[in-house]
Amino acid sequence: MPGLLGKKLGMTSIYSADGEIIPVTVIEAGPCNVVAVKSIKTDGYDALQLSFGSKKEKHTTKPVSGYFKKRELTLAAVLREFKNYSGSEYKVGDVINVEILTVGDKVKVSSKSKGKGFQGVVRRHGFSGVGGRTHGQSDRERAPGSIGQSSYPSRVLKGTKMAGRMGYSRFTVSGLKVVKILPEKNIVLVKGAIPGSVNTIVEINK
Amino acid sequence: MDKLNEIVADQMRDDYPAFKAGDRVRVHVRVIEGDKERVQPYEGDVISIRGSSASKTFTVRKVSSGVGVERIFPFNSPKIAKIELVREGKVRRAKLYYLRKLSGKAARIKDKNQR
Repeated sequence: MPGLLGKKLGMTSIYSADGEIIPVTVIEAGPCNVVAVKSIKTDGYDALQLSFGSKKEKHTTKPVSGYFKKRELTLAAVLREFKNYSGSEYKVGDVINVEILTVGDKVKVSSKSKGKGFQGVVRRHGFSGVGGRTHGQSDRERAPGSIGQSSYPSRVLKGTKMAGRMGYSRFTVSGLKVVKILPEKNIVLVKGAIPGSVNTIVEINK
Repeated sequence: MDKLNEIVADQMRDDYPAFKAGDRVRVHVRVIEGDKERVQPYEGDVISIRGSSASKTFTVRKVSSGVGVERIFPFNSPKIAKIELVREGKVRRAKLYYLRKLSGKAARIKDKNQR
C-alpha cells in the first residue's frame, strides 16, 4: 500500500459524468525520489524515505546537501518516510509519481492544519460554555467552568482541557476518493477537503 | 489559482449567448427519467449571476401560477443543454432580489430594446 508526497494547491469543483458537482481538493503529488530504503535488517523497520520539491543549495545545510550528493540526487525541500512500502522492490534513485494511484482509490491524506492561534475552550474543545448571562453571571458565557475538585487532590489534573494554541498540528483525513489523475501534470484530485492551507506539504497514503 | 483554473478549463461553457441580470432566458435542462433523457425548458428572468470559474452560478426567477419560483443553475453544468436569450432587460442593478417583494405589474422588467 504505497504513498507519496505532494502539495495542496486548493479546492475547486468538477462535474461527474451525470452532471453532479463534486467538490475536490487539487494536490500536486510527486514526482518523489526514493532517497533511502530502510529495512528491518539494518534499521529495525521497513520504510522508504521519499523526497519532494526543490531547494537551493544556499538554503541547505552542508550535512543535508551532502546527504543528497552522496546519493547523486537533486536537493529536495522535504524528506519523509513512508512505512507502508514493505515488500516492494524500490531502490535509491527510483521515482515515484501519481501513477501509483488509480481513480476510485480510497486514500488517506495527512498534513499540518491551519493555525488558529490562542483559542478558548468553546472553540478548541467544543465546551458549551458556562451558560446564560442571567442569574448573576455577567461575563462567563464562554468560560470553561470548574477545572477540578477541592482539597483533594488540591491540584489540577494533568491533561485537563483548557484554552491554548489551536491548529497547526498534524491531521489525517481517511477515506478520500481519488476522482481524477492528471499524470502529465503530476496532479491528483481527491473528493473533499484536506487539512492545511494552500502550499501545505501533504502525505498521501493509499 | 491559475493551476486550479487550468484543471477545470475543459469544463467551462462558452457556448451560451451573453446574458446579464434582468434578461429573460430559456434554459434547456437535461432531465433523466428512468433510463430516458429529455430536455425540459425553464424560462424566467435572470436575477443574479455570482461567482467565477467553476463555482459560477446564475439564478432564474419566474412566477408560475402565482407562485414565485427561483432556480439556481451552475453556469458550467453539463445538465444545461442550451440557453436561449429571449429578451434583454433594462435594469440598474446586478442583483434583482427586490423583485421578490413585488408582484403583478410592478414585478415586470422593462425591455431594453423597446421604448
